[in-house]
Amino acid sequence: MEEEREFYQRLSEKGVSRRDFMKYCGVLTATMGLSSSFIPKVAEVFAAPKQRPPVIWLQFAECTGCSEATIGTMYPWIDELILEILSMEYHETIMAASGHQAEDTLNAAVKKYNGKFICVVEGAIGTKYDGAYGKIGGRTFLEIGNEVCKKALAVICIGSCSSYGGIQAAAPNPGGYKGVGDALGIKTVNIPGCPPNPINLVGTIVNYLLLGKLPACDKLGRPLFAYGTSIHDQCPRRSHYENDEFVEQFGSEEAAMGYCLYKLGCKGPDTYNNCPIAKFNDGTSWPVEAGHPCIGCSEPGFWDKMTPFFEESK
Amino acid sequence: MTHYLSSVRAVESAVGVKIPPVARIVRNLLHGAQFQHDHIVHFYHLHALDWVDIVSALSADPKKTAALADSVSNAPWGGAVYFKGVQQRIKTFVDSGQLGPFTNGYWGHSAYKLPPEANLMAASHYIEALRMQAKTRRLHAIFGGKNPHLQSFVVGGITSVKDLTPDRIAEFLYIWKETQDFVKNVYIPDILAVGSFYKDWGAIGGTSNFHAWGELPESENEPESLFMPRGVIMNRDLKGVKMAEESKVTEHVTHSWYKGNGAKHPYEGETNPQHGDYDTNGKYSWVKAPRYEGEPCEVGPLSRVLVAYAKGHKGIQGVVNDTLKKLSIPVTALFSTLGRTAARGLETVAIGDAMEGWIMELVDRLKKGDSKTYQPWEMPKTGMGVGLNDVARGSLAHWIRIEDKKIQNYQYVVPSTWNLGPRCAKGKLGPVEEALIGTPVADPKRPLEILRTVHSFDPCIACGVHVIDPDSNEVYKVKVL
Repeated sequence: MEEEREFYQRLSEKGVSRRDFMKYCGVLTATMGLSSSFIPKVAEVFAAPKQRPPVIWLQFAECTGCSEATIGTMYPWIDELILEILSMEYHETIMAASGHQAEDTLNAAVKKYNGKFICVVEGAIGTKYDGAYGKIGGRTFLEIGNEVCKKALAVICIGSCSSYGGIQAAAPNPGGYKGVGDALGIKTVNIPGCPPNPINLVGTIVNYLLLGKLPACDKLGRPLFAYGTSIHDQCPRRSHYENDEFVEQFGSEEAAMGYCLYKLGCKGPDTYNNCPIAKFNDGTSWPVEAGHPCIGCSEPGFWDKMTPFFEESK
Repeated sequence: MTHYLSSVRAVESAVGVKIPPVARIVRNLLHGAQFQHDHIVHFYHLHALDWVDIVSALSADPKKTAALADSVSNAPWGGAVYFKGVQQRIKTFVDSGQLGPFTNGYWGHSAYKLPPEANLMAASHYIEALRMQAKTRRLHAIFGGKNPHLQSFVVGGITSVKDLTPDRIAEFLYIWKETQDFVKNVYIPDILAVGSFYKDWGAIGGTSNFHAWGELPESENEPESLFMPRGVIMNRDLKGVKMAEESKVTEHVTHSWYKGNGAKHPYEGETNPQHGDYDTNGKYSWVKAPRYEGEPCEVGPLSRVLVAYAKGHKGIQGVVNDTLKKLSIPVTALFSTLGRTAARGLETVAIGDAMEGWIMELVDRLKKGDSKTYQPWEMPKTGMGVGLNDVARGSLAHWIRIEDKKIQNYQYVVPSTWNLGPRCAKGKLGPVEEALIGTPVADPKRPLEILRTVHSFDPCIACGVHVIDPDSNEVYKVKVL
């Protein structure tokens, strides 16, 4: 209790009220598919741990969009995530160190937390030419992945690239790119999407901190709380589909009325994700709400399997 | 968002479709929001720690920090209690022994010049900016579904028709205003406050040639109506600013890991990998070397601001002259690392201010019943087109050739290849290579000064810089992230 009081005191010093805090714990708990009785427990996870769980975040063949998405998190805010909840031991984009000092940081963190750190991986791993397509400090992604990921407590792949290869694995895949699980032959938890909603990453980590285990996943390694149901089955435009009310051209009257985008190529029926429920950026919107067909960006091989994006699925 | 926009434009150019005014305005608003967001993140989270010693903030006097902050900025937070709280937060973090992203920084380096109070002020703004940028991202979600990688552009227009409502526009206006207030009351004062301690950087890290495609069309007429104008400046000759033409771009692969040796225009461009060893006399980079009329060019905020300044852009001239006066430095100081970092903030002010007018124009058009968002088009059997764009990091263009209704060739020349490309067939240095010449390095083992110049270009790649001590010939390798 004493710790909890201190925690709320610290929150209020930062200008976060207990009410705001409980609100984001509530949003997170709901997204994780837990009942509201878990809200106080989720709050406890954030309540000033003695030692913050160490995270090593590796970046391979990627565009940093997943990191961007993560620093856009508002449940909790990114400064809380970095300063009070997790210990981000290594993350190339946000870390101050460069060069030898950066490599030393990685090596020291892997050694210090051997077997105890959460490894988050962003980006695919090139396997052709002995991995020569991507190197950091003279070492290939393949070498770094083999060394670091295998010492992690758990490996979480953020985004479609680290999960399944992503755009660089699209045909003809000149670099022999693969997702991390495939390239290294290890089991990973996958949070696919281009980029995924950061709430699903936070939910996965909180699940671990709360229950001491990773969330239940489907056969593609995706947490069921986020990827258990298709976009189509959760879509607010679903009734238009049932009523044969379709948009057949962008900018049309039907588009203005918010009809179903299936005939313009929407891949919602083949895509499993919680976009319609969680929505993006503080629940502001999601692609179908913006009138754009779902492109299936969280499914394996979507660049090959889901294209052409604007043609009705066959 | 920016490649998305360029690719859609390339196809629009190839198929010959003109988008309706409402679609153009919404695209401009989304792109404007991208400038606001990216430049805030670059300054505070990707560049500030090159100038700000966060550890030194622990020894600051919160009262003096509050006085300093009051004297330089109109930030909405401040006062001794606030700065004491931030300092305590940093102290708790440091005392935990888990330094996270701040592990192994060059703290205590002699090239850090800010007093502890200025470091504490900047550190607290670093944290505030983290929250601001998360909110600013919502601008993209409003008319684009999400951020990053928004999804509402299609060839012919935009899809977010159901979001062109008074409540959505008001939401956009509100977050735009909060962001622009941050830019004017925090970001710009911080550039001036930090810059005043680093005036010597107004003579370090400059390049010679500057290229901008220009961006943010305010009517159908391009390039005349581009809010940030198109142009090219050679040898720092502001009076000789010329129009930039897409036909004058080539990419060289002599020193890049691709087959071939010459230079090609992007329509004829090839990307056939030929990986080999790292050999600075031969091939040493995955990046091609773009050239304009055979010359390397810097691209990005500094180039855009120089082109606009040279062309007499009133908004840009105003903010530039005002800044030069406040820092009491000459126009020539723009050709530098300091100039580049300042230009980024100054164009954020100008673009952010212009956004308000675009929001009002959108409202006016919708009121008058002009709500067309899309122009139908047909895919031709063959075609070629280019999508010119100027994005947070600089000149960006996509070239497409269509054969039999399919992509026959697709090439793009991006800001970080302009800036960080290797030497060309004629052996001319790339802009960052040129900018690093003459950089003073106090301690080759901790080359903070190198990071300042490389980071000032906002590189979107990791790169290696090898520092060789001329006395001992010892080689130090710096990975710039």
